[in-house]
Amino acid sequence: MEAKQILPKMPKSWNPASKPHKFCPGCGHGLVLKALGQVIDELNIQDRVVFGCDIGCSLLSWDFFNVDTVQTHHGRTTPVIVGIKRANPELITIAYMGDGGGYAIGSQHLVNAANRNDNITAILVNNTVYAMTGGQMAPTTMPDQKTETTPYGRDIKETGYPMLGPEMVAAIAHEGAYVARGSIAKFRQLKTFIKKAIENQMAGRGFSFVEALSTCPTNWRTNAEKTWDFVENIMPQYFPIGEYKVPGGKEE
Amino acid sequence: MGSKPIEGERKVFMTGNEAVAWAALAAGADIMYGYPITPQNEIMQYWTRLGPKYNKKFLQTEDELSAGFTTIGGVLAGRRAFTATAGPGNVLMQEPMSMAEAMRIPTVVVIQQRGGPSTATVIYSQQEVTLTCFGGNGEGLRVVYSTSSHQDLFDYTIKAFNTAWKYRFPTFVLSDGYQAKMRESVVIYDPEARGIRMVPTEPFLGKAGTPGEDRPAAHLRNTYNIEEELLEVLSKDIEEYERVAPEIIEYDAYNTENADLLVIAHGVVFRSAAMAVKELANQGYKIGYFRPITLRPFPREQLRQAAQQAKQLLVVESAYGQLLKIVQDNLYGLNVPIKTLLRPGVGITPEEIAEKAKALLAGKEA
Repeated sequence: MEAKQILPKMPKSWNPASKPHKFCPGCGHGLVLKALGQVIDELNIQDRVVFGCDIGCSLLSWDFFNVDTVQTHHGRTTPVIVGIKRANPELITIAYMGDGGGYAIGSQHLVNAANRNDNITAILVNNTVYAMTGGQMAPTTMPDQKTETTPYGRDIKETGYPMLGPEMVAAIAHEGAYVARGSIAKFRQLKTFIKKAIENQMAGRGFSFVEALSTCPTNWRTNAEKTWDFVENIMPQYFPIGEYKVPGGKEE
Repeated sequence: MGSKPIEGERKVFMTGNEAVAWAALAAGADIMYGYPITPQNEIMQYWTRLGPKYNKKFLQTEDELSAGFTTIGGVLAGRRAFTATAGPGNVLMQEPMSMAEAMRIPTVVVIQQRGGPSTATVIYSQQEVTLTCFGGNGEGLRVVYSTSSHQDLFDYTIKAFNTAWKYRFPTFVLSDGYQAKMRESVVIYDPEARGIRMVPTEPFLGKAGTPGEDRPAAHLRNTYNIEEELLEVLSKDIEEYERVAPEIIEYDAYNTENADLLVIAHGVVFRSAAMAVKELANQGYKIGYFRPITLRPFPREQLRQAAQQAKQLLVVESAYGQLLKIVQDNLYGLNVPIKTLLRPGVGITPEEIAEKAKALLAGKEA
């Protein structure tokens, strides 16, 4: 008798050949990409989506979906996706990156794409560390948080404060833009934000940006309980969850 | 407004930057991405004046990194996309072009060399040869055309799109501030009227059909997990580059048979060299020249053939030995003496070359 295998239900837009995925156990990327996959399915846009992924852990999503995908350089997913969208506005273009890619090495691209109101969607996963390179301080590392380059804790007098991405983008973005911060700890809300972001692009209203608070137990060196506590309770103290800019101005 | 920017052909008097913009239009380029830097600015300025009349697009980006990566995006979407830069902008451009090299993305970049290193001058040099040929953390699997006139700029800008899309290696038109800014006569033409067929483009991403159902998804990457995986990809690319190199290589040569002196120069310096060489040849000197038009891939066998008949060589360039290094590398094993006239960042006149050549021919200079 064959062992009965219970397969989790995967979004149709996922690429089954690359599953189980390559992210570490406990990593939040899988949840963000699950939300995105469900949104792609619900909007029935699998044939129109172009997905771009950055360097860092996000690059592991280069064959995650059955959608056309390009893996780029660190911080450069935004301009590649901008270039694609400008050349072929029929496509629904998504730039997927981490906090280092979006807020440090590629911050000029994020700022200028937002200011130009480029009609693309950027999804940025904030796990407070450079994870692929082994857990160095990121722009989003919390005050006093220990990382490989802040072994005694992040001293904000020396290294500055964590970057508040959606707040910054909302401040410079123009009417028509959509900006939100969600969390994998609030999956349904995160999925709603991602859906609204992509619908914003489909409506041609302009730039849409969703930051997703996420987990990295590997580099946080935390067990399941502490990992969840950090993303659910501690991170939102500094990174408030919600909508920062909604066309027409009705933030949740 | 006519559908074709240029009907047939016509003779015009314009700057090199203007010639590039017209060439890109004539070649059917769809979109330019760019960031201002002297001396290439007028390429964007003419493109943004001419383009909208023919539904051409332009994006002014936040820097050259973005100009290069958006150009990559445009190409991935299946458009003839290009950018132009110079000097420090060319330094930044190497990051995106290294991705284009890794992923065989047919980008076209026009380089108007200025003085270096760093900000240096906005005027002129030939100091971006090494950078344009071998920039990036790779093997230099790219095509570099070195132009010496406005006609070259027009011809090779059109050709660059075809070379890029036919062979799928990033292609550069390497020019300089002199060519960019001065005006001279040039015949601009509709490529079709000359029997030049533009190589069709196709999207890498966003093709028809649902990925995973009607067709496999495009999963484009430049990251590899293991050394052997990378080596496999690189070996294939290198093998292909070497296989197509003879089809791509271009050069010009004159009077190379048993020359007492063979002058080697590229770009605008070649024009001075050619004037000097022809003048001296007319006076009865056994002197010839060799001009590599493609600096990558380099006309190795053709130069060796010419060089081994010569008593000595003279490499002339507005850089401190960038062409020289390429020449030395390609002539390895020949024992013909190589003399130099190296003037980094400044122009070189025919008189200077003739004077140096005469001294060498008279045995007065070692």
